[in-house]
Amino acid sequence: MMDFFFYVAASVAISSTVLFVIAPNAVHALLNLILSFLAIAVIFLLLGAPFAAALEVIIYAGAVMVLFVFVIMMLQVGPKSVEQERRWIGIRIWWVPVGLAMLLLAEVGTLIATGAVTAESGPRRVGPEEVGLVLLSRYLLAVELASLLLLPGILGAYYLGRRRREDP
Amino acid sequence: MSGPLVVHAVMVAGILFALGLTGLLARRNLLFMLMSVEVMLNAAGLGFIAAGARWGAPDGQVMFLFILTLAAAEVPVALALVLQVHRRFHTLDADAVTLMEG
Repeated sequence: MMDFFFYVAASVAISSTVLFVIAPNAVHALLNLILSFLAIAVIFLLLGAPFAAALEVIIYAGAVMVLFVFVIMMLQVGPKSVEQERRWIGIRIWWVPVGLAMLLLAEVGTLIATGAVTAESGPRRVGPEEVGLVLLSRYLLAVELASLLLLPGILGAYYLGRRRREDP
Repeated sequence: MSGPLVVHAVMVAGILFALGLTGLLARRNLLFMLMSVEVMLNAAGLGFIAAGARWGAPDGQVMFLFILTLAAAEVPVALALVLQVHRRFHTLDADAVTLMEG
């Protein structure tokens, strides 16, 4: 049962990534990429990592992809982009990703309904409390290094993203 | 602990990484290249989670957290660079940005 769920999620992940690579249009590629991240989150859940699954959905499929959507929409402003957008979100484009997403939703719904997030035969469930204990004891130095990485990230994004005076 | 599931998860991670690498090499749009990098980072995270599940240890998830931090720090800077390229060259083609003739 759990193996079957895993293989369904894995095939959704791989097929949506293939659709992402061959998509000619940035918005359609983004749609398939979000679906790929959601499928990977379900795989995390089945591998006994619910905390990583939640972070994958919230940060990757949520925050990072929203940044991509913002930039794509910023790069094409103007009256003709409205017509373009109307063409992009036609039903024929959406039905494959929506169908795959429904498959994932049914899978998660079944997992919740049966109450078996990981079977006895599956990997041991490692919850957030264990991760937090290890993160803030053995990997404390790496956490500090991550904070050192994030501050230049903020400053660099601000510096590179601002509009200079000599720009048109 | 659980043999085939974890092995197959690592195989899925390898396939996803190869797909991301294909996208990075095949596409010339800067946004597509960035998204392919995201796919590759995710595949690496999946590999870590699978390895952590193999031993029932939380270390895999800790490494995934660091990959997540790396991606969150990298994406805004890279997207700001993409915006600058679009502002100066009015295109997102990676081949247009060869002024240094590198």
